[in-house]
Amino acid sequence: MDAKTKDLWVFIETNEDGSPKNVGIELLSPGRELADKQGGQLIGVIVGSNVDASVKAATAHGADKIFVVEGKEYEHYSTDAYTHALCTLVEKYGPTSILIGATNNGRDLGPRVACRLNTGLTADCTSLAIDEETGNVAWTRPAFGGNLMATIMCPDHRPQIGTVRPGVFKKCEADEARSAEVVKEDIHVAPDMIRTELIEVIKETAGEIVDLEGAEVIVSGGRGLGSPEGFKLIKELADLLGGVVGASRAAVDSGWIGHSHQVGQTGKTVGPKLYIACGISGAIQHVAGMSSSNTIIAINKDETAPIFNVADYGVVGDLFEVLPVLIAEIKKLKA
Amino acid sequence: MNILVCVKQVPDTTEIKIDPVKKTLIRDGVPSIVNPFDAYALELAARIKDKDPSTKITLLCMGPPQAEAALKECLSVGGDVAYLCSGREFGGSDTLATSYILATAIKKIEETDGKFDIIFCGKQAIDGDTAQVGPEIAEHLDYPQITYAVESYVEGDLVKVKRETDDGFELIAAKMPCLVTVTKPDFDPRYPTIKSKMAANRKEIAKIAFADLEATIDATKIGLKGSPTKVKKTFTPDVKTGGVKINEETGADSAKKLFACLTADKII
Repeated sequence: MDAKTKDLWVFIETNEDGSPKNVGIELLSPGRELADKQGGQLIGVIVGSNVDASVKAATAHGADKIFVVEGKEYEHYSTDAYTHALCTLVEKYGPTSILIGATNNGRDLGPRVACRLNTGLTADCTSLAIDEETGNVAWTRPAFGGNLMATIMCPDHRPQIGTVRPGVFKKCEADEARSAEVVKEDIHVAPDMIRTELIEVIKETAGEIVDLEGAEVIVSGGRGLGSPEGFKLIKELADLLGGVVGASRAAVDSGWIGHSHQVGQTGKTVGPKLYIACGISGAIQHVAGMSSSNTIIAINKDETAPIFNVADYGVVGDLFEVLPVLIAEIKKLKA
Repeated sequence: MNILVCVKQVPDTTEIKIDPVKKTLIRDGVPSIVNPFDAYALELAARIKDKDPSTKITLLCMGPPQAEAALKECLSVGGDVAYLCSGREFGGSDTLATSYILATAIKKIEETDGKFDIIFCGKQAIDGDTAQVGPEIAEHLDYPQITYAVESYVEGDLVKVKRETDDGFELIAAKMPCLVTVTKPDFDPRYPTIKSKMAANRKEIAKIAFADLEATIDATKIGLKGSPTKVKKTFTPDVKTGGVKINEETGADSAKKLFACLTADKII
């Protein structure tokens, strides 16, 4: 289809309580820049149930206009309902570009929408720009397990769509005094059009929820911990810094900690402000999942470990000697 | 049950090195493997077959002739029959074009082999990492999809899937036919036995060429030309330089120096 406007849309995924997922709000920052360069408006798209908190957040973080699709059928994410809502909106208003957060649901929705609209999608982008020559969005993303970066364009199909990893962009400062035009769209989906049924939500074992993608601080442990007990030290440091516990594949495969903690290609992709890798050698699959962190600290006995190639601070030493002292120093600072 | 598993042959990305001078991927000598997520997908299918031995598992791969090796491997760990979709016309396809070719091939296979109840795909291939082809096949076929599966089982005309979410799991059911993409489960795929390897080697792999699909495929929607996305450039990521290396006499001293750096740089 052709674009009817020069507008850029940011799909803002909501939590079940109607609050926005961080990545949707983060995307308003690059969204503003791209929309200005494209000469269009920055529009937030919110689908859900009781989404006032999300509308408020999108307004405060820079959306010019917000499309809201509300209904009982959107309370829980479903591919069918959300695809229908987003595609209906696109067909009606014709944006030139759409950004979607690369959460599990975002990556479920993106390809389905792109395929229905017969357009291109670039997944899991880590940087965005406007190509000076053509005005197309230049989507940059890692491939080959992070060994290679590729810049992709979608020259002849609209809208051009991309999913963007959480934590890559930072939220702009909230301005509670801002206002935005809110347009409620009446789009409903008949129950028999939703072909999947949510039977049960299973929270992490022992009530433990690990929000690696939203975390500002992650302390991760790897094979160098030597045993599940090693994670006690990791947890202590993480708690002290208000962060969460991550792990390398080696630690997960050894059964020392659950897969939900795994950072890397077969785990989560993260971009915290601070990432502390303890006893992690830094296999490319791990690095691919954490290299966009703002600051990386690596602690490893092996001076030649590849993790030091991405570290801002590399400590060559035994983590069991380094961490207790580091923890003590931080405790002193906080006391 | 009639199950299809889509498989891709990929370079083992753990073995890829960067040419330090030319800054390009060195692909020579890099072993080709079955995409690990596709191996998990096949394992979920094989577990359904364990419970219901009348289940037939068909494999479909798009790729060059040497991708036969990947299909043979899959035939030795649960696959019953295999199709290789291969042709110059398909080269350069992006995810939308690839999913269109695969969906067309699936319809072609169904003409002779009957409708598939479940189509399993790996959540993504480790070379492209897009996670798009599965959902796009589902859209082309107008099937429901469940992504990020770690477990699945069949109950009557429903497939039930434990799906990984950002903060836990959910249990989702869909009426078959349905497409399921699979992420890393808690278990490893089964190993082949000498017997199953020999049996796999003896099996013929059916070929699907462009000519076989010509009557039903829109040739303007495949290959490089039919792909909406274009790769503008590729480059190797920057290696961080100028990181601070701390290597004091003792671990305690290193910790203190690290702490001093972090407070000075306002990291903590």
